[in-house]
Amino acid sequence: MLGTLTILLLCQLAGELIARVAHLPVPGPVLGMLILFAGLMLRGGVPNAVQETAGGILRHLSLLFIPAGVGVMAHMERLGAEALPIVVALFGSTLFGVAVTAKVMAALVRPTPDAETSATEDRP
Amino acid sequence: MNGDLYEIWVYMSASPLAGLTVTLVAYQAGLWVFERFGRRPVLNPVLIAVLLLALALSVSGIDYRTYFAGAQFVHFLLGPATVALAVPLYNQFREVRRSALAMAVALLVGSAASALSAVALAWAFGGSKATLLSMAPKSVTSPIAMGVAEQIGGLPSLTAVFVILTGIIAATFGTWVLNLVRVKDWRARGFGMGVAAHGIGTARALQVNEVAGAFAGLGMGLNGLATALLLPTLYHLFW
Repeated sequence: MLGTLTILLLCQLAGELIARVAHLPVPGPVLGMLILFAGLMLRGGVPNAVQETAGGILRHLSLLFIPAGVGVMAHMERLGAEALPIVVALFGSTLFGVAVTAKVMAALVRPTPDAETSATEDRP
Repeated sequence: MNGDLYEIWVYMSASPLAGLTVTLVAYQAGLWVFERFGRRPVLNPVLIAVLLLALALSVSGIDYRTYFAGAQFVHFLLGPATVALAVPLYNQFREVRRSALAMAVALLVGSAASALSAVALAWAFGGSKATLLSMAPKSVTSPIAMGVAEQIGGLPSLTAVFVILTGIIAATFGTWVLNLVRVKDWRARGFGMGVAAHGIGTARALQVNEVAGAFAGLGMGLNGLATALLLPTLYHLFW
């Protein structure tokens, strides 16, 4: 676990450095993801320890957004002043965006049997 | 005795320990409610935890900055967690490569649809210019969104709020809308969540299915890239 955490931090650090030195508009962690991905490709597999720790962190990915989410309350005044356009635009565009992206993608991918959900399952 | 209690309260409300602990407790409470009442997406654990914490902070009068001094340890892990998304991506790489073309088209259409509909709706309902410009990059992960907002003349801190709310809306109602438009393919469902609702959408997708999670993580990264490159260019072209 410690080893994996070190690898993750090293990739993030490398990503941050590259983004800053090359003035890329992409955040360091996203570049770090690409670096780790390239490393896994070179190695040709995911070590068990990395698989487990990464899985453990990602299972609780939603926890990590809570501190920023609570930050929304600090902006309540501004949100209240333009509540109607903000609420309509956020709900409308988010649900429209999810639907359009998924619909276009579903229309263009070749169907595979294992990529389909079964009717009763819980879906994202 | 009362004096002692007061001292303890002063210490606790100012120490990072309290902020960190209540964040974890609120999340567990959110998860408990989510599991207890049949894993309905409307009972999104993030939404429940955020509401609980916002309530607790306003009742106790502790300000957000004090809370964040503790909660930042959780917040910090977002970076390494984003890096860790390489693992599901690698695991699903065969699927990803097979659908590369479909993804490229869906990315461009979906990215444009999210940004344009957000600006158009906010404009139609009388939003100010600052709101419109801060709204445009709200589908992508906050560091990119804030950078883009700055470039096009929006307010980065307002954009950060829109980013979070977008994620929570998608995580809470995304399942419903995907069922409504009858998309059954896990790849498409995940990709839609990632493109339109960055990390929070990805977290929701990962909760349910690894294929969806891998495509969501990829959608998040790709839309971050597309938005960072295209939105400022488009803005300077048309405004």
